[in-house]
Amino acid sequence: MSTTRRVLVPGEKIEGVNISDFYVYDYKNEKRVSIIGVIDLKQEGQISYSPLNGVYLPKEGDIIIGLVTSHGVANWFLDINSPYQAILSVQDFFGSKQSNQLPEDPFKYLQIGEYVKAKIAAFDRIRNPLLTVQDKGLGKIVEGIVVSVHPTRIPRIIGKKGSMIEMLKSTTSCEFFVAVNGMIHIKCQNEQLENIASNAVKMIELQSHITGLTEKVKKFIEEERKVRGV
Amino acid sequence: MARPQRFIDDEGKRLDGRKPDEIRPVKMQVGVLSNADGSALVEYGLTKVLAAVYGPKESQKSISLPDRASLRVRYHMAPFSTEERKNPAPSRREVELSKVLRESLEPIVITDYFPRTSIDIFIEVLQSDGGTRTVGATAASLALADAGIPMKALVAGVAIGKVDNVLIVDLNEVEDMYGDADMPIVAAPDLGQITLYQLNGVLSKEEFHNAIDMAMKVINKLVDIEKETLRNSYKEAGEE
Amino acid sequence: MSTTPFRVQIIPKIKKESYLNLYRKGQRADERDFYSPRKISIQTNVLEKANGSSLVKLGNTQVMAGIKIEPGEPFFDTPDQGVLQVHAELVPLASPQFEPGPPDENSIELARVIDRSLRDPKAVDLNSLVIRPGDKVWMIWLDLYILDYDGNLFDASMLAAMAALLTAKMPEYEELETGEIKISKNISNNPIKINKKVVTVTTAKVENYILVDPNLDEEIISDTKSVIAFDEQGNIVGAQKTGMGSLSQEEIDNIINVSSSAAQVYFKLLNDALKSEVKEEKGDK
Repeated sequence: MSTTRRVLVPGEKIEGVNISDFYVYDYKNEKRVSIIGVIDLKQEGQISYSPLNGVYLPKEGDIIIGLVTSHGVANWFLDINSPYQAILSVQDFFGSKQSNQLPEDPFKYLQIGEYVKAKIAAFDRIRNPLLTVQDKGLGKIVEGIVVSVHPTRIPRIIGKKGSMIEMLKSTTSCEFFVAVNGMIHIKCQNEQLENIASNAVKMIELQSHITGLTEKVKKFIEEERKVRGV
Repeated sequence: MARPQRFIDDEGKRLDGRKPDEIRPVKMQVGVLSNADGSALVEYGLTKVLAAVYGPKESQKSISLPDRASLRVRYHMAPFSTEERKNPAPSRREVELSKVLRESLEPIVITDYFPRTSIDIFIEVLQSDGGTRTVGATAASLALADAGIPMKALVAGVAIGKVDNVLIVDLNEVEDMYGDADMPIVAAPDLGQITLYQLNGVLSKEEFHNAIDMAMKVINKLVDIEKETLRNSYKEAGEE
Repeated sequence: MSTTPFRVQIIPKIKKESYLNLYRKGQRADERDFYSPRKISIQTNVLEKANGSSLVKLGNTQVMAGIKIEPGEPFFDTPDQGVLQVHAELVPLASPQFEPGPPDENSIELARVIDRSLRDPKAVDLNSLVIRPGDKVWMIWLDLYILDYDGNLFDASMLAAMAALLTAKMPEYEELETGEIKISKNISNNPIKINKKVVTVTTAKVENYILVDPNLDEEIISDTKSVIAFDEQGNIVGAQKTGMGSLSQEEIDNIINVSSSAAQVYFKLLNDALKSEVKEEKGDK
């Protein structure tokens, strides 16, 4: 499938549909780009635009990973790699409706500096994003490591139809969870493997624009495993 | 620095050999700082200005706006940027220029995507040889684009002056100091909008009109260089 | 650090809409046309202890100018020139928007635009203010005091500055044997030497309308403002875009044209005020 890729800068015209409002704006009835990015003109007339920079803007339903930075009387505040701090309530964390069922010192159970996997329950930009952990697989991260990349690199880490992430999983035998806000949770059999996996992720972030990256990363992981004997 | 006898010689050349409508050699680079979300270094001749952008990030309650992001702009001259050492404390001039530069960027930043946040823009003059605010505007424009801040268009700046009764573009320090007028202009050619203009000096109405015309031609070229610089810095992304 | 204004008065949307409806008919809320300034009154010599003073009312905006003239040292690079210093104070009693404290960016911008518009066309003859070249010169302190704020501080301040400068009197002094300059309590009859008169004309752009001398409501709903300084010959002696928005080249051309006509109105009022001042002085004697 042949594609034409081109970098667009703010103020340049863009034609086509299915482009998020976030990256384009209307100027005198024509669409223009507001954030630098790459336009992909595919043969079938399809267009995709991926911004090369910019922040993560929370969306309801997104699964994210956040770092606990402080707490109030009844909630925690989390850095979710976005302009807005996220809020996780004590009640939600313990999944209880009544406050008398809560532990006496709830902040002992989730401390500053710990990571949480959570879902954006509500966000309207007027108030800060509200998190919930009341769903399968959500909650405090107790093992493995968390690697942070630029949120715009997430599509590259997943790869076309998941090709990159599948390769990462199979060559490292680690578990990966890629959150849309640029945080990646990696769980491996040992620290050596975790180290290799995290380096591989960083490599993808830095060289995200290179062709044949999947093969390159695969080779890197295999060589590292050989060298380290894991 | 003494006042020259003449600013333009018999061949119509300026003190540094330029023609009246010729800009100094321009250099632009983006992504020059690792910590900032976006950064740029811009030079027009000997004038060197560094700009960095942080944000958007949640702003302090006291300055936060409910329906848009706030811009915070600081224009500052490094102590070693001038002939004589400059006191690093902000001067009245720097306070005013921070304001007019902020107002030159407000029209191009799409602020309503990020209510209650602030976008910080730091403009540091590393070396001053005239035109620092206009070079600062160009650097800020590149740094904002590099940071991925949503923008309607890029802006660039240039100063128009008048020496020996001739309008000239992109004044250097001598032309600025001893010339009859200094008119800094910042504009977004893609929008046909002028976002900053000031005049220190005396011009006729006709000269004023011509000065803006002259500036727009140069700014067009400068914004083209900005676009090229941004494309080059993400060049590999365009190839596959 | 300059921050997007956060203490802005809110204008009800419905009010803005009603203003815009008027503009579409070529009218303004206070029954002016687009290009006429509000009612202006200029009083001079309103303070006895200042070398020069004035009180200007532009609609409900009131600005007092006070001039103090003191001996001082010239700047290193201009040994044969006196010194002119312009400061502006947005006094808290003038508006709930003004806060006590050191000058903010708005008062600094106001003072610097007035200062440049006087300095660049050499409105004040600084060479005439030398007592002993390189050693002692006169320093003119021009303080602009904003007393009531209903928009357009620039034009009111420039009129106040000009009126005070044109009616100010130099101090009487004697040179002591030690070389010290001693000012007597009497003020001389010698005026400050003024080379040319200057006025500024402020216009607000509201959508695609250009309004001369905006009042506060008009300033708040405006996209941006332009301040253009003129001398009596119609030269532009200073300019500044102030406020957040932007302008097209055509809009700037238009602004220059309407501003240059409005400048003539200001000059006439300024000259009339000075004439009546002369009459009053004669009448006193």
